[in-house]
Amino acid sequence: MITDMIRKFLIGGGVFLALTIGATAQDHTPSAVSVITPPSGPRSPMPKNEDSTADHSSFQILQREFTSGPEVTSACLTCHTDADDQMMHSIHFKWEFDNPITGQIQGKSKVINSFCGNVAGNEPRCTSCHAGYGWDDMSTKPPLQSTVGTGWDELLPKPVMQSFAPNPDKLTANAVDCLACHDRSGQYTKGATMAGHVPVDPVKPKMKTITGAKAWAVDLKLAAQSVGLPGRDNCGNCHFYGGGGDNVKHGDLSSALYDPDKSIDVHMASEGLNFTCATCHVEEKHQWAGSRYNVTATDPHGTGKPGSARTTATCESCHSNDPHPALLLNPLLALKGMKLNDHTDKLACQTCHIPEFARGGVATKTLWDWSTAGKLADDGSILKLHEYVQSDGKELHTYLSTKGDFEWQEDVVPNYSWFNGVLKNTLRDEEIDPRKVVPINRIGGADGGDDTRIWPFKQMIGRQAYDSGRNVLAFSHVWGPETDTAFWTNFDWSKAVDAGMKAAGQEYSGEFGFVDTQMYWPITHMVAPAENALKCESCHTEDGRLEGITGIYLPGNKPFSLVGILGMLMVLGTLGGVLIHGLIRKFMNKAKGGSDEHA
Amino acid sequence: MSTRKVKVYPRFERLWHWTQALLIFVLTFTGLGLNGVHSIIPFGPAVMLHTIAALILLSVWIFATFWLFTTGTWKQFVPTLDGLVEVMKFYAWGVFRGEQHPHKKVIWRKHNPLQILAYFGLKILIFPMVWITGIIYLTYNFWEHIPDATLYITIIANLHLLSAYIVMAFVIAHIYLLTIGHGFRSHVKPMITGYEDINLTPEQESYLETNEPWRLKSRKN
Repeated sequence: MITDMIRKFLIGGGVFLALTIGATAQDHTPSAVSVITPPSGPRSPMPKNEDSTADHSSFQILQREFTSGPEVTSACLTCHTDADDQMMHSIHFKWEFDNPITGQIQGKSKVINSFCGNVAGNEPRCTSCHAGYGWDDMSTKPPLQSTVGTGWDELLPKPVMQSFAPNPDKLTANAVDCLACHDRSGQYTKGATMAGHVPVDPVKPKMKTITGAKAWAVDLKLAAQSVGLPGRDNCGNCHFYGGGGDNVKHGDLSSALYDPDKSIDVHMASEGLNFTCATCHVEEKHQWAGSRYNVTATDPHGTGKPGSARTTATCESCHSNDPHPALLLNPLLALKGMKLNDHTDKLACQTCHIPEFARGGVATKTLWDWSTAGKLADDGSILKLHEYVQSDGKELHTYLSTKGDFEWQEDVVPNYSWFNGVLKNTLRDEEIDPRKVVPINRIGGADGGDDTRIWPFKQMIGRQAYDSGRNVLAFSHVWGPETDTAFWTNFDWSKAVDAGMKAAGQEYSGEFGFVDTQMYWPITHMVAPAENALKCESCHTEDGRLEGITGIYLPGNKPFSLVGILGMLMVLGTLGGVLIHGLIRKFMNKAKGGSDEHA
Repeated sequence: MSTRKVKVYPRFERLWHWTQALLIFVLTFTGLGLNGVHSIIPFGPAVMLHTIAALILLSVWIFATFWLFTTGTWKQFVPTLDGLVEVMKFYAWGVFRGEQHPHKKVIWRKHNPLQILAYFGLKILIFPMVWITGIIYLTYNFWEHIPDATLYITIIANLHLLSAYIVMAFVIAHIYLLTIGHGFRSHVKPMITGYEDINLTPEQESYLETNEPWRLKSRKN
């Protein structure tokens, strides 16, 4: 078992090999890379929780050095006895989602996207953001227990590994990561290629954190004593960097939200309401409201009864279904509110209140063409072009030998579509038509349906590998510095796809090609202040933002409608008629020398 | 029979006419903007202005209706066939030949029969079409949940638009017809001063002189 673990960490590039064979932090001579200074505090300022009755820095079990994340979790579980059980059933830990509407099994461990593609075959890199420790094989469920670390003793006994526990729910699941979400020291992080584990002294040279910074040695004691409710930074350290970099994936979740001003997010502005993610994404037993696979696209329930709690992350759950005040003493404001409320049966709040996404100076990736990857410089080195400069001056890659061509956009105008909340993925065994643009996911909902609203989306354009013999999307093995199949190491697509399909347990014809793909991401963050909401004429005009959307009556977008033309002809006819009448009068009067005046 | 300057448009009627004219102008201008014909004012302010002007016009109409019925002026607007054909013939033909307008204004008929027919149609068909569709349109919030609401709002909005274009056509003809006869100025003047040349029978004249002298301008004027 232990040797198996060692092998896994060798592959994973983890630093724990050194730790498990007995090296300690004390006798290690720090190298140049291990002196990276950790952040001195959290990136998202949060008020101290004055109501708390527990000061973790005074807890006996936390007055010790920790050498691994699982050791800290074991300490947490001595008091929070059910936290592991709650966490291991959450999507943050399972990476699997049984969609109650479509029956599809979704989640990171299952689906293929148009960014990095797939987790299977690339685990220690992708699972660096897993809310657990040591998940290095997607073909199995995430491990519930971990013995990694050298600090186990009688106060903190090493868990007895049970591969076939009679009741896994009763295990002390110390492979759950508490600190990723609850660290408030600001210096907890996970290694970018360590399957969720934490860089501790000695930090492996060139190791990076999950946010792409040079890794420092995490002080786990400090982290454990600092714990509190999650700030934006706890969530953001993973969710802002989805797809391998800042704002790459979502478009509306970027490092700009660590400490935003009001213009970027009216709720999360540090100087304003200072919402954390969990202010909206309320939880119950570590299960969070708000899902991208099963979105609450309409919320007729609204605020509910006064004082009643709702575990939903919708705008309506606070702002109600008549969000614009219409019962005001000022009749003008009341009228305005009433007219704006006219829209709520058709539009999601986000459609007007997030006029553009990728605001705040961080661009999002809008195109990723894998098919051009693999071109190397004449000397065999990796080509790197960075021809996109984002507004904060940072240059972003537009071509990488490892990844192909990219396009980026900032302040992006969304795509709009009717949406009932259901996003259906093109799953691994679903046949695709490679002659057409392949939808990586499909937006559910009928035009104008009661359960649908018009939502903003980020459109992601992709070109990615597929199995051209079976016409299904392909898995590819890209990360693996020490394998001879990983694309980023060997630049050989046939090996990379072959290995990816094997890792995913997929049947593979042996032939691959590239298909154009499209993927849609609902936009719901970066809510602008009311005064920056979309202007009426963004849609109420010809060729406005909602051009092509059916199932609505949109005044102003078609002045030359049938009735419009009829009316204009009538007016022009009248005008022409009186002109002719007038001219004849003039002409006849002149001819007769008379006058048409009457008494 | 003598022709006297008689006050036929009392203060309320003139006020009604001109506020209505102004509001119809505002409504037409903003309405065309809302329909996408022009974008001289932004959509949001146009909605506010259009709605406010509409609500004021509705209240003017409520007062006007009350006034018409309590003063008996409604009788002026009852359509008649008497002399209608002659007026139509005049506009279609006689006016070109320099003929005299066939209608002679009398105190209980200050409008000609074609005018009455036009105003009557406006009052009982076109204006109600405007305000009924307008109110339904305005109150969409209260019925948006009924099935096929989108279809109904589309129909309502198009009827509203059509009636607005009819009003526009009316306004053009209305203004043009002011140029026939004594000319534009002299036709607008009564709607400003209230006085119009009216043929009075000696009985009418002496009645007015005795009972409502303020309605008659003295002869020297």
